[in-house]
Amino acid sequence: MRKNLFNVGALMRGFSTTFSYMFKKMPTIQYPSVKKQHAPRFHGLHELRRYDDGKERCIGCELCAIACPANAITVIGAENTPEDRRSPGERYAARYEIDELRCIFCGLCEEACPTDAIVLTPRFEMADYRRGAFVYAKDRLLVPPEAGTGTPPDERPNGIPADLGGVMRAKDTVDIAEGYDATNRGHILRTQRRGLAALRQTQDEPR
Amino acid sequence: MSVSAIPIWIVVLIKSAVVLGVVITTFAYSMLAERKVMGWMQLRPGPNRVGPWGLLQPAADAVKMIFKEDLTPDTADPLIYRLAPFISLICAMGVFAIIPFSASADGTLWSVGNVNAGILFIFAIGSIGVYGISLAGWASGSKFPLLGSVRSTAQMISYELSMTMSVIGVLILTGSTALGDIVNAQLRLWFVIPQIIGFLIYVITAVAETNRAPFDLVEAETELVGGFHTEYSGLRFGLFFIAEYLNMITVSCLATLLFLGGWNSPIPGLPSGGFVGLGWFILKAAAFLFFYIWLRSTLPRFRYDRLMDFGWKVLLPVATLNLILTAVAVAVWPTHA
Repeated sequence: MRKNLFNVGALMRGFSTTFSYMFKKMPTIQYPSVKKQHAPRFHGLHELRRYDDGKERCIGCELCAIACPANAITVIGAENTPEDRRSPGERYAARYEIDELRCIFCGLCEEACPTDAIVLTPRFEMADYRRGAFVYAKDRLLVPPEAGTGTPPDERPNGIPADLGGVMRAKDTVDIAEGYDATNRGHILRTQRRGLAALRQTQDEPR
Repeated sequence: MSVSAIPIWIVVLIKSAVVLGVVITTFAYSMLAERKVMGWMQLRPGPNRVGPWGLLQPAADAVKMIFKEDLTPDTADPLIYRLAPFISLICAMGVFAIIPFSASADGTLWSVGNVNAGILFIFAIGSIGVYGISLAGWASGSKFPLLGSVRSTAQMISYELSMTMSVIGVLILTGSTALGDIVNAQLRLWFVIPQIIGFLIYVITAVAETNRAPFDLVEAETELVGGFHTEYSGLRFGLFFIAEYLNMITVSCLATLLFLGGWNSPIPGLPSGGFVGLGWFILKAAAFLFFYIWLRSTLPRFRYDRLMDFGWKVLLPVATLNLILTAVAVAVWPTHA
């Protein structure tokens, strides 16, 4: 005890350390007003990209959903028809939902995608007061048609690309009830397993 | 109508209002300063969202405190529980009645009241302030506050002894307990030099007396969840907070008066009375307050048995020794008539 209490040199070093730290440069970023430049391949919110002609890249193959270790992605595919071609392939994603609360932002969906449709963007500000709002459907994931193809991940500048899907605009108009439904994974997965036929069936049923 | 014709109670009332206003403002901004300085020492900016540089933070805190719910636990003793914060606060404020902040050229002290036994008054009132903390913990009817208040009582008794002992050295040198006389005796030489041991002991015990880190075992968030004020919320918690900071300011003012020459200038020859003296006083007290903050962000909390060991086995003997040495020195070389 004596040794510790009367070790004046150690005390002085402590005091000089704290005093000198007063004049050091702070690493603080004044967050809402100043935003950090992220690495170009920062794993943030997802987006679904398009081809040059405006068609969706996603072909509804569900490989991302299979690759997803957190089981956060739900894809329900549907057949393209000659009158309504959404994607160049046979199928397109009728529903595409990512539960961002389950997502661990590992990027495996990005790697699994055969058409580079799903990519992760550097956008990370997803906070919301409503749990259901974290289930992102196509209305918020898909790049809007007027934004063109969207910047490919390899060509992104440091920071948030301007051409992301209209997430912020869409946020206030989200159908929360649908989000709550989607968080009920059991139901969705059952629907998914029954496949397209089942979905069609439920849609065709008279209400 | 000359100044002396105004009834004394009006003069005292005005003086009290001014002192109280200044002291409460100082409290508000010393709290902000603490958060800021501690932030800088920890490489973060501290509060900076309310007003420019966070200058309106105290106002925001006050509004928050006022509008928070004032809870009384079921097991609490309602009367004492509600009374305790006021005991703390009144004692903390009462001390400022006699602290002189400066002196005019003719020797008039700038204080609300001038008491001959000034230093004794301060210690007496300061000791009563402990009742606020002890009763708060006792009346909360809960275990952590009780532990906090028991600690507080033991800590106060242990450290108050050494504190008083360290101050007696100054009193022997001055031959008076009036704060004005003590400051005037330091015109040429501040007592921090002949009483360096006394000053060091005073600094340590002052930190312990005001329950500040590293002696904040009374509150000790990590072990006692806030100690004596665990159950308090809203304005009553705020009152304890004000009392703690006012005690800090008191102790800083006292250190300035007793050891750092009060309103005398650091270099003899520079003007020291009146408003310039007030400036010196504020500067010295502010430096002491800064030291408090610096200390808090540097040292970790004491273990309780070490605190007691340190108080009784180190500080008290050293303070006694200092007292005896001072007494002998004054007896051998009498400096004052």
